[in-house]
Amino acid sequence: MTEPLLSVKDLRTYFSTEEGIVRAVDGISFDLMPGERLGVVGESGSGKSVTAMSIMRLVEPPAGEIVTGTVTYHGRNLLAITEDEMRAVRGGQIAMIFQDPMTSLNPVYTVGDQLIETIMLHQDVNKRDARNVAAQALSDVQIPNAADRLDDYPHQFSGGMRQRVMIAMGLSCNPEVLIADEPTTALDVTTQAQIMDLMLRLAADRGTAVILITHDLGVVAGFCDNVQVMYAGGIVERGSNDDIFYRPQHPYTWGLLGSMTRLDEEQQVRLHSIRGAPPSVIDLPDGCRFRPRCDFATDRCAQELPLLRKIEGRGEVACHHAEELDLEITRAVGAAG
Amino acid sequence: MTDVENTSQFESTATGGMPADVMLRVENLVKEFPINRGIFLKRKVGAVQAVSDITFEIKRGETLGLVGESGCGKSTTARSILRLLEPTSGDVWFQSETDDEGEPTEAINIATANKDTLREMRREMQIVFQDPYASLNPRMTVAGIISEPLLVHGMGNQQERIERVKELLKVVGLSPEHANRYPHEFSGGQRQRIGIARALALNPKMIVLDEPVSALDVSIQAQVLNLLDDLQSELGLTYLFIAHDLSVVRHISDRVGVMYLGRMVELADRDALYDEPMHPYTHALLSAVPIPDPELERNRQRVILEGDIPSPANPPPGCRFHTRCPIAQAPGICSEVVPEFREMTPDHFVACHFPEVKKLF
Amino acid sequence: MEEFEGMAVEPVTQWQLFSTRLRRHRLAMVSGVILLLIGLIALAAPLFTCPNNEPECGRLLPHPTDQLAEPDGRLATTIAPRGDYPFGTDEVGRDVLSRVVHGGRASLIVGVVTGLMVAIMGSIVGAFAGYYPGAIDQGLMRFTDLILGLPLLPVAIVVGRLLPELTFVPEFMTSGPWGIAILLGSLLWGGLARIVRAEFLSLREKEFVEAARAAGANDRRIIFRHILPNAMSPIIVQTTLIVGAAIIIEAALSFLGFGVRPPTPTWGGMAAAGAGIAPRGLWWELAFSASALIITVLSVNFLGDGLRDALDPTQTIERK
Repeated sequence: MTEPLLSVKDLRTYFSTEEGIVRAVDGISFDLMPGERLGVVGESGSGKSVTAMSIMRLVEPPAGEIVTGTVTYHGRNLLAITEDEMRAVRGGQIAMIFQDPMTSLNPVYTVGDQLIETIMLHQDVNKRDARNVAAQALSDVQIPNAADRLDDYPHQFSGGMRQRVMIAMGLSCNPEVLIADEPTTALDVTTQAQIMDLMLRLAADRGTAVILITHDLGVVAGFCDNVQVMYAGGIVERGSNDDIFYRPQHPYTWGLLGSMTRLDEEQQVRLHSIRGAPPSVIDLPDGCRFRPRCDFATDRCAQELPLLRKIEGRGEVACHHAEELDLEITRAVGAAG
Repeated sequence: MTDVENTSQFESTATGGMPADVMLRVENLVKEFPINRGIFLKRKVGAVQAVSDITFEIKRGETLGLVGESGCGKSTTARSILRLLEPTSGDVWFQSETDDEGEPTEAINIATANKDTLREMRREMQIVFQDPYASLNPRMTVAGIISEPLLVHGMGNQQERIERVKELLKVVGLSPEHANRYPHEFSGGQRQRIGIARALALNPKMIVLDEPVSALDVSIQAQVLNLLDDLQSELGLTYLFIAHDLSVVRHISDRVGVMYLGRMVELADRDALYDEPMHPYTHALLSAVPIPDPELERNRQRVILEGDIPSPANPPPGCRFHTRCPIAQAPGICSEVVPEFREMTPDHFVACHFPEVKKLF
Repeated sequence: MEEFEGMAVEPVTQWQLFSTRLRRHRLAMVSGVILLLIGLIALAAPLFTCPNNEPECGRLLPHPTDQLAEPDGRLATTIAPRGDYPFGTDEVGRDVLSRVVHGGRASLIVGVVTGLMVAIMGSIVGAFAGYYPGAIDQGLMRFTDLILGLPLLPVAIVVGRLLPELTFVPEFMTSGPWGIAILLGSLLWGGLARIVRAEFLSLREKEFVEAARAAGANDRRIIFRHILPNAMSPIIVQTTLIVGAAIIIEAALSFLGFGVRPPTPTWGGMAAAGAGIAPRGLWWELAFSASALIITVLSVNFLGDGLRDALDPTQTIERK
């Protein structure tokens, strides 16, 4: 087996607020293989975005703090290197795309200025070459008349075009890892299809590993190789796309799939909703965090926090009763095969 | 439902004489927002036509879904129907009930109704908003919010209103003890339930749901959709359900209308629209929606649209979709002639010069 | 219907939230206490000074007396702070302490009355302009611009000079602080009107306002029940700033001799008199009147600061 490109071990990121300590990410570990497209799925407050911010070391002190953990990348712990060294990694080897393409570009500089700045920061090129690289980057993301549009300001681009610019900026230095945090959430569905299609093609062509953070299982199904599902700061299930979508083992994953309305829904079935709401990450329940909403919870679930473990022939799951549960997916088309 | 009385749908009905099974008929609705220039003397220099001449009906007890991307005019349509915005032209006929024999009664035209008629109408038609944070007054208690419609219409005394609030809280799955709390103490899903309780307070016949689940997490979204389902069957409500999420709309609707840049491009029964869509924009929209099924996704053929939605301030001539349409004849008929919204098969309306059934999955 | 178990929410009222936040603002709390003390002392002023009801409300030195005679036999009227006159006396032998206390009445009257007038006029004008676009908005805002364009000091000076000439103006308007307060109140509301208008413009579009309209609520209910309560925080904050500013302006006018007429004591007037004798080493009148002014104005501003933080629902204070 090849070495993982990025290895996260026991990461914990806490925020202190007026109400108490928020354990946004609470002890997660995972590996990202070269060229892998990993989906991180969860609802709001699950800690998926904080995971990305922690890897990039963008958690803002004093409110937020990475309490423990290591992020190993090419033999170095990214959480232990200096801020200067980290700056070279950020944007150069690991790039990030944010949710809101409206605010991630500075409105007073042209798109070209911002692209060229990023390129010159990470590559040893002069301004003219950087401009050529920038133009190429824009045309790679299929922006028409790329060379001319370098001189345009962000407001002259539509939302979808701005997200393309962000992708161009992210990929301009040929990073090994691209972290995309809800890259299409702010976009319309036809634009989302354009952007996901583009990201898939670019990542596959260049062998870029991608961590796709999203709340939308549908987007993951078409884009990722592997998925991990987060709930209340922890990973509850991890596996290949097929494991997660056709053979979910955690009651939360199963409930999430049952909650989704589907475009190919034949009859108007009643949705299987998960009762209640996610717990407050300030006041987490003892034992399994999903227990208060789980239909299968037992006394053991109340006492013992289940750890992520591999199930033979399936993915990994953090549930005491994974073997006994028969979580049938009634609606997935591909499940029949 | 298959009666071909729909041919009359496009004839102007000055008296609003509607068949008994129709609750709402929107006719040639237009809503423009003026663009003003100048500080001292404001001059109208143009107009954004957010809704351009749309016509449709909602039948008693059904759910009509209205989908489209941002800027297509779906929310403006909803607000114009409720006269939260003043329609520029067009009629909105509303027939809240039938008489004892089930015969049609006199419908009111909301678009031209006076203040008193409008107030009466508000008891029959209510709205639930998208943003569960912005739609509840942060300075009012839950009881104050839910009882406001009752208070405004002078219904019941203080005690009766409190009782009604408690009853409504139970109906939407909240605890009556929540009545004295403030909105900020609730999660998004709970707030949306409060918004629904407010809409139900006056026992309306119809509810306009403007993206009611778009801001919610998937598991909470399912709870609210189930609640809406239950309420409809228990209270016999009629819904106008507006959303950008096509899978949610398929789940909840009986009929679905698709809007693009202020125009209705396709309108049909739910299964007809999703299984046999005819408008190329509907094709693109449907093929763009991700399905949580890896196998299906791997084998899917996508219609990826080129470019962006044009500005509604300066919409393309002819068919508004022709600039992005994969089958458009432009320059040609598509860029010159506005396609007529015609009934291709019974109850299936399409505004396209070259409609064609396409199976997408 | 399915039972819904929500996450545990603690019942915290808006008021509790507000007071917890305000209490955490140490400086604002201290300022509040100081203002309260100043207010109480000013209210109680007649009780412990002015024993003989002198019209100028300042205790006169027993005059002439032997103890106060200077070595050269000249009678001294101005004495430095000492046990029986902790703040000393002024040029004509009046007790500075009691005059500072009475001067506080004038300053507080000007501050509070001006603040109230500004809050009311600014809110009403701003609310109507923001809620009714078009002609009403245009008319009201042009009027506001006009008021904002008036140069404050010259107008105050001219009006201050003209007022006593007008026979129909009641007596208290021309002599005491009331006239100044009303004048400032009618000149200073423009800024608040603009702020309130902006708040109304944005709140008017909020969905909870649309919801109220969809429920059938009329304009009056929407303005007073829905929009105004949500615009309270900028109104309160701006008003506290105006209170501070009004006190300063009154002092400045009195300093220049256009404000409250002597012998009614005001901090500004005392500072002016004190400044006149300070070069002769007689520093106390200036020092004590100016300190009272500065402490009061700073306290008002700090309290306003605290109120703004406490009233902002989006604000979260980090734990140390």
